[in-house]
Amino acid sequence: MNNIPIEYYLILSALMFAVGITGVLIRRNAIVVFMSIELMLNSANLSLVTFSSYLGNSIGQIFVFFVMTVAAAEAAVGLAIIIAIFRNKLNVNIDEINIFKW
Amino acid sequence: MNAELILFIVFALLALFASVMMVTRKNPVLSAVFLILNFFALAGLYLLLNAQFIAVVQIIVYAGAIMVLFLFVLMLLNQRSEEKILNGKKNLKIFAIIVSALVVFQLAYIIFYSKPSAGLAPELQKSVQAGTVEQIGHQLYTNYVLPFEAAGFLLLAATVGALILAKKKFE
Repeated sequence: MNNIPIEYYLILSALMFAVGITGVLIRRNAIVVFMSIELMLNSANLSLVTFSSYLGNSIGQIFVFFVMTVAAAEAAVGLAIIIAIFRNKLNVNIDEINIFKW
Repeated sequence: MNAELILFIVFALLALFASVMMVTRKNPVLSAVFLILNFFALAGLYLLLNAQFIAVVQIIVYAGAIMVLFLFVLMLLNQRSEEKILNGKKNLKIFAIIVSALVVFQLAYIIFYSKPSAGLAPELQKSVQAGTVEQIGHQLYTNYVLPFEAAGFLLLAATVGALILAKKKFE
C-alpha cells in the first residue's frame, strides 16, 4: 500500500481542476458551467482525501464529508435559480443573462 | 509495476478522460453522464486511498443524488444541443487556455517544489484506520458534532430556499 508517490494524486487533482476551470470559462450553458464547478469541488476533495490517507489522519475525510454536504445544498439552490431564470428568459445561456450588468 | 499502480493509472485516465469529455460535449445530457463516469472513477481512487466511507458516500450522494437532480433539471428544461461549444468568442478560448495552463503550472510547481512525499512515512495500518466508517463516525459525533449539526441546518435552509425559488410566483 501507498507505493504510489503522493505527487501522482496531486497532479491528477490539479489537472482535473484545470479542466473544470476551462469548462467554466468556455461553456455558455449555465447547467454545464455548474457541472464544471462540481468537477472542481471533486478535484479539491481528491487532494484532501490523498493527504488524509497519506498522513493516516481522518480529519481530511471529515472535511470532504462537509464539502459534499455543501455541494448538495449548492446544487439544490443553484438548480432552483436556473429553473427560475429559465422561466423568465426561456433559455439558460449565460451570455444572455445580464440583468445585473449595466 | 504492481496491481495498485495499474489500478491507479486506469482510474486516473478514466477520470481525466471523463472530465475532458464532459467539458467538450455539445449535448448537456452527455456531459452529465460523463460527469457520473468521472465520479465513479474518483470513487475507485478513494478506495485505492483506503477511504472506504468517502468512496461509498461519493457514489450515493454525488453519482446518485446530485447527478439525478442535474439530469432531472436537464429533462425539465428540454434544451437543444448547442451548435458549437465556443460560440463566436475567440478571445475567450485563448483566455481560458492561458488561465488553466497557469493554474496547472502553479500547482505543479508547488507540488514538485515543496516535495510533499519527503516528510511522509506512509503506514498502511494508520491509513486504513483513518478511512473506516467507525473512525469517521466517531470523529463526527464527538469532536465535530457542532459542524455536523450546522451541516444539517444548512441542508434544511437549502431545501426551503430551493422550494421558494422554484415556486411559480413570488408574493
